[in-house]
Amino acid sequence: MGEDTDAPPTLNHRGFLPDHNYVTEADIISTVEFNHTGELLATGDKGGRVVIFQREPESKCEPFSQGEYNVYSTFQSHEPEFDYLKSLEIEEKINKIRWLPQQNAAHFLLSTNDKTIKLWKVSERDKRPEGYNLKDEEGRIKDLSTVTSLQVPVLMPMDLMVEVSPRRVFANAHTYHVNSISVNSDYQTYMSADDLRINLWHLDITDRSFNIVDIKPANMEDLTEVITAAEFHPHHCNLFVYSSSKGTLRLCDMREAALCDKHSKLFEEPEDPSARSFFSEIISSVSDVKFSHSGRYLLTRDYLTAKVWDLNMESKPLETYQVHDYLRSKLCSLYENDCIFDKFECAWNGSDSVIMTGAYNNFFRMFDRNTKRDVTLEASRESSKPRAVLKPRRVCAAGGKRRKDDISVDSLDFTKKILHTAWHPTENIIAIAATNNLYIFQDKLNSELH
Amino acid sequence: MEVTTEAKRIMVVALGKLYSSRTQRGGLRLHRSLLLTMVMKSARDMYHAAQETVEWEAVEQQQSPAEEPTDAQMELQEGKPLTSTGEEVESSPAKLRRDAYNKENMSPPRPAQHSRKRRGKAAVEPDFLPCKKAKLEQKSSPHQLILSTVLLCEYMNCSSQVGAPPAPMPVQRAIAAC
Repeated sequence: MGEDTDAPPTLNHRGFLPDHNYVTEADIISTVEFNHTGELLATGDKGGRVVIFQREPESKCEPFSQGEYNVYSTFQSHEPEFDYLKSLEIEEKINKIRWLPQQNAAHFLLSTNDKTIKLWKVSERDKRPEGYNLKDEEGRIKDLSTVTSLQVPVLMPMDLMVEVSPRRVFANAHTYHVNSISVNSDYQTYMSADDLRINLWHLDITDRSFNIVDIKPANMEDLTEVITAAEFHPHHCNLFVYSSSKGTLRLCDMREAALCDKHSKLFEEPEDPSARSFFSEIISSVSDVKFSHSGRYLLTRDYLTAKVWDLNMESKPLETYQVHDYLRSKLCSLYENDCIFDKFECAWNGSDSVIMTGAYNNFFRMFDRNTKRDVTLEASRESSKPRAVLKPRRVCAAGGKRRKDDISVDSLDFTKKILHTAWHPTENIIAIAATNNLYIFQDKLNSELH
Repeated sequence: MEVTTEAKRIMVVALGKLYSSRTQRGGLRLHRSLLLTMVMKSARDMYHAAQETVEWEAVEQQQSPAEEPTDAQMELQEGKPLTSTGEEVESSPAKLRRDAYNKENMSPPRPAQHSRKRRGKAAVEPDFLPCKKAKLEQKSSPHQLILSTVLLCEYMNCSSQVGAPPAPMPVQRAIAAC
């Protein structure tokens, strides 16, 4: 992987930032996801909107403008709702988007907020019928006496129109807040996970779902852990994994029982007693879990580290990467300003050789599993002029030896956090959500993965 | 002591966050509340352990003034709870105190409902807690009450009251509501 990520980065500003730097909360991006070919990129925000970007086809005459992403469609996926029975407001924030594999000309995606999952159909219309006998061009009914001959309406080209329509609404299945959705490799079912339960749905059936995991204790006072993320295996439709707030991963096989409360494998790293602190439980909570494309490995993210697990080894992770260990001594302040509860996501590249995750100060990190090299890059307007090469950044400990352009731990801006990142399925193109801005970086030198 | 001060601050912050999360848009976040409760528990355990160590040290010093402060106390001051020596310190005098306290506070057996009271570890009441005690048939420290009623109210109903946070509900009413 080339550490010199040769842009042109495309800056798609979706939010308006007035001079005093106030960010409209509704514009904050809450999820980013490429589709299976990488042609489309969907983002969801706190205001319940989904924006889909499409990659422009590469043109030979302008080699440097090839492959840029432009807005393809925008629609309101979820609206704020009110649960009258419980007197609680249901946020419209889009928690996750997952694309279905494309099976015909239309694209389908699932989007979810805290309670309801929706299936959306995204289709193109570039022709319309013209030459009706009974209606004129504007749609008004014609005077029958003017109709002297019959004609067959023909399809004429028109400006491309992207239509988005809700095809299914999967509601009323979750008591707690939905944190994950995952489409199964059978392309017929998907699962949705909340804090205590995981439900299995069929894509065509909205009035019924099967509960496959239930970790709710009989007495809620005995609650010790919640489900934080869940994902189906990319190839084996019977396997899925879910992570917990205790830092464990459970691999479940749906063939074993209807209710997969008993795991097939439990991945857990023994806690280091010398590292114990007040905040050990919080920082060990897994915020994201992703299968590798091969299906052989798992990538997890907790507050300070990213770990790669081998499905064949439950006792400890295969690799552990320190994302921002310099924060370990700052946990108390991060607890007070709520940053310790931030949920960072993680991503694999297409060949599973590089992993990526976000951090603070609009920094994001990439770790090459083969060369063991890592890099810290920044997503910001100043450092991302078109065609500029991203400069690696470095964070130094407070008071430590400081090189030029290094940034000290105490100068980090904790309001600028990169929680959501995505990697193109086959190429070295990444999408980084920095609050209300989306950055797309491409590695032109090494566009093919290796 | 630094540990008790830090533990106290952590507990106060956790309580504040738990209360403010009730009026948060979107309802109570179970994961966040659970983590806050865990932090509060470990801070509380730390606090009590540190308090007992102080008292035990005071008792010890009265008996044999020549004794030096233990390594455990030094480690506790660094804010690293639950080391092996820390646990050792906690063993005999703390256990005696705990049992005595439990005997004092043991309520008569209640046939219909099982006791939800948490066994306290120290007789000392932290000074940062609100003075108002909620009405309960069973006697327990306000700190434990806040913890258990927050859990009961919120986890049972998974809801938050829009507006001002409700007063702590008596245990019996919470059970009847589910």
